[in-house]
Amino acid sequence: MRSPLQVLTNGLVKENPAFRLVLGLCPMLAVTTAAENGFWMGMAVIFVLTFSNVFISALSGVIPSKIRIPCYIVVIATFVTIVDLVMHAYLPEMYNILGIFIPLIVVNCVIMARAEAFASKNGLLFAAMDGIGMGLGYTVAIMLIGAIRELLGTGNILLRGVPLFGAAGLGFEPAIVMILPPGAFITLGLVLGVLNTLQQRRLRQRGA
Amino acid sequence: MNFVGILIGGILVNNFIFARFLGLCPFVGISKRVETATGMSMAVIFVMAVASAVTWAVHNLVLVPFRLEYLQTVSFILVIAALVQFVEMVMLKSSPGLYQALGIYLPLITTNCAVLGVALLSIRSNYTFLEAVVNGVAGALGWSLAVILFAGIRERWEITPIPKVMEGFPIALISTGLMAISFFGFQGLFRTLFAR
Repeated sequence: MRSPLQVLTNGLVKENPAFRLVLGLCPMLAVTTAAENGFWMGMAVIFVLTFSNVFISALSGVIPSKIRIPCYIVVIATFVTIVDLVMHAYLPEMYNILGIFIPLIVVNCVIMARAEAFASKNGLLFAAMDGIGMGLGYTVAIMLIGAIRELLGTGNILLRGVPLFGAAGLGFEPAIVMILPPGAFITLGLVLGVLNTLQQRRLRQRGA
Repeated sequence: MNFVGILIGGILVNNFIFARFLGLCPFVGISKRVETATGMSMAVIFVMAVASAVTWAVHNLVLVPFRLEYLQTVSFILVIAALVQFVEMVMLKSSPGLYQALGIYLPLITTNCAVLGVALLSIRSNYTFLEAVVNGVAGALGWSLAVILFAGIRERWEITPIPKVMEGFPIALISTGLMAISFFGFQGLFRTLFAR
């Protein structure tokens, strides 16, 4: 039997929703012009994913299997609305940057996939752990892409308005294309390629 | 001018795939062959036009008069899911031929974030009813253009030696990135056409 901790780390590494399962691509590419945007998007996803997992797990005996998908959508949309209203009130700047991608968390495949594949078949504790783990895995991935794009595209990384590498930056000419849409596709493509290379190398070492 | 602007802007400049990042999952999922991409495109154009009209009506005739704007996300996604089901049933009864061609794609459209995305964008831009519908059609046409072009490129991969680690998602994303760079060219065109 798996322990709750194993369920938690599963989402972080082995089944990372963004890098291993390649789910939830749209916000992954759209909001990653800066690492901080990725962080807040990830926080929103963790909140929605954890609470929708818990509620769907708790309601799994009540929801008839024929209309389960619309039921899941209502549960998910409720928590998305909460995030939407809270962010609008307390983080207005970030709310404007993330724009329609906050309400679009409803159709993020990560959340639906976990509801269908995990939460509806497991207990409350496991569902919560899965939500937190998958959410954290997604946050790490989206922040990594955001950090790479921000560093290459602007020459620095801003954390709450403070540049990470000093005011002068790292001293190279930033490639603007990296913070424009094409840079998003190319960055994620290369990161996935590098991860595949690392995994193949590890498999080969284990075989040798 | 406004309709032409929305139409051309939606198809070429603010393309759903290359500039707005909406509907990427089906973009990668169904672009293996040109025929399937075309079939899905037809279904998306149809659903997005109808969904734009219906969500506009729901927002302006129900949510706003009763001050229920906070129910936007919940109501839109339910309306879209119900709409897709309804379209599927009508199609099955009235034109089995069309259902045969598009049927398998229809359930997938509910989770296509482009549909909910275009509805939300139209509301946030304060479009009139006609503008919202044109916006929906333009977005869907842009999505279709992207996915059909991409399927054409993808068919060539089969005869191209690609490094093993780059197969699948990585090469798909990099190809899309290169296509997005070429679509940037249209921004200049748009600016010269509509500068005056």
